[in-house]
Amino acid sequence: MKIPLIYNLRSVMQRPTSTAFTAIGIGLVVAVFIGMLALANGFRAALTRTGSDRNALVLRRGADSELSSGLDREAVSILAASPHVAAGPDGRPLFSAESYLLIPLSRRGADTNTVANVVVRGVAAAAWQVRQNLVITEGQAPVPGRNEVCVGRTMALKFPNTDVGQALRFGGRDWAVVCHFTAGGSSFESEVWGDAEQFQPVFRRQGFSSASFRLADPAAFEEAERALEGDQRLQVDVYREAAFYAEQSEVLGRILEILAFLITSIMAVGAIFGAVNTMYAAVAARAPEIAVLLTLGFHPRSVLLSFLVESALIALVGGVLGILLVLPVNGMVTSTTNWASFSEIAFSFRITPALLLSGVVFAAVMGTLGGFFPAWRAARRPVVQALR
Amino acid sequence: MPLVEIRAVDKAFQRDSERVEIFNALNLDIEEGSFTALMGPSGSGKSTLLNLVAGLDRPTSGSVRVAGAEVSAMSPNQLAPWRARHIGFVFQQLNLLPVLTAWQNVELPLLLTNLSRKERDERIRLALGVVGLEDRMKHFPRQLSGGQEQRVAIARAIVADPTLVLLDEPTGQLDAKSSQDVLALLRRLNDEFRKTIIMVTHDAHAAASARTVLHLEKGQLIERQGAMA
Repeated sequence: MKIPLIYNLRSVMQRPTSTAFTAIGIGLVVAVFIGMLALANGFRAALTRTGSDRNALVLRRGADSELSSGLDREAVSILAASPHVAAGPDGRPLFSAESYLLIPLSRRGADTNTVANVVVRGVAAAAWQVRQNLVITEGQAPVPGRNEVCVGRTMALKFPNTDVGQALRFGGRDWAVVCHFTAGGSSFESEVWGDAEQFQPVFRRQGFSSASFRLADPAAFEEAERALEGDQRLQVDVYREAAFYAEQSEVLGRILEILAFLITSIMAVGAIFGAVNTMYAAVAARAPEIAVLLTLGFHPRSVLLSFLVESALIALVGGVLGILLVLPVNGMVTSTTNWASFSEIAFSFRITPALLLSGVVFAAVMGTLGGFFPAWRAARRPVVQALR
Repeated sequence: MPLVEIRAVDKAFQRDSERVEIFNALNLDIEEGSFTALMGPSGSGKSTLLNLVAGLDRPTSGSVRVAGAEVSAMSPNQLAPWRARHIGFVFQQLNLLPVLTAWQNVELPLLLTNLSRKERDERIRLALGVVGLEDRMKHFPRQLSGGQEQRVAIARAIVADPTLVLLDEPTGQLDAKSSQDVLALLRRLNDEFRKTIIMVTHDAHAAASARTVLHLEKGQLIERQGAMA
């Protein structure tokens, strides 16, 4: 580019109001764009982090979620005795047969009509070792055989009667909240965990929903999968736990992404028209200057590029503005219903450097598109006409 | 061989349904090292002639040759670098880019050359020195008087050492004192630096500074020699 950049920079600063409005318009679009993708990103991350590559998850053959799965006690006994299940330091299998139950609970601070489905997970004592990213942040783990539950961090934030020491009522009983736990930001943090055997009679269950176990050899997952799925007594499907939960995020994650692109595309059209307007006004006001540049021997291509760069510069300011606007939502906790399990899942807006970069690129694209036709007009205008 | 050769040039344009003829079979030679003033009433085609020589406009028919090059046959892509090399242009007003300093305005034509930064700086200093504005280098156009602005424009027109300097009413917006300064500068450029100059003017006093005065009337040239004061 032969026309000095300082010419564009100073020209932009000559008209601060129109520049500011265009930049703000683009900034708002960028903020919504990043915000919505951060939502999808956070949702995916919550579910992806839920599983571990070192664990296997067993469901009834053909079941596509824990909710629709069921394992009887005989199958659970066979699975627990499998040589593919790792043993803990005490020699017991790192194996947890689990009940996946949904209970309606009112949200914290909301009226009782706004209820959400909350996951109550009945687990075995070994579950706390099988899931390595679980950390009890307050209190002590529930004692098997007692009416005690442990509440996930984000669940505790959103629902009443979930503080340690309080009693949470569901299934017609009061359950003592004895601890809070984190699970690396995963969807487990939106659940209530307790002893599976205590939940069985309350929810009139005979068997379990699923089973999770630590693989004796994580590299030999396929071998374990073949052996267990091939056992005619079991009739089960075996998944790597991480892959299973990642797949659970697919539908809603994709919908959120499509929504992000749809909404921001519509907004972007408005912002691009704003840039077009600003740049047309700039080109019209600077017709004599463009004529001077062309007369001096600057190529029309240089004029085109110069005005494109100017438009992109305004858009980049907008992009930075958008980033500053959206950054405070990073880490903010929100919740939605996971369509794969019909349960409430809490997760955080997750803004990554890659998202910020795509926001800046998106801004530059809007600016370049908005600046193209005015720049083209500037470059193509006959000098003699521009001089009049 | 003349520096500028205009042969059988017709120039007409359409105004609504009317065809307006500016030149009809115009012929003109401008010698190298000359200082020519083009005079004539409004609408006589003075600026159009200047634009044809600079390659900013095209004749309807005929040929315009400058320094041996057929300007009227060049494409826009060829014209841009040709103008950068051969033409220095000064307009009546709105000459300078308002957001650039005098120095940066004068530097513009040099950005189209292969000169190093150091060589460019030397040329700019020299050109601003010739027009007597060494002390206004960092000033923006709004900080300069009309006469000073025109002198910066002249510095920009000569800084790349073009073959031909074209001026369209350079004193049209100036007071008497500033006009005198600009005209004295043009005479100096012609006498001392042997620059070939074509200047369009309404002002007989300004025209008197030139060596040759050409009158345009109804698309025809009437030449008066020896107008130098």
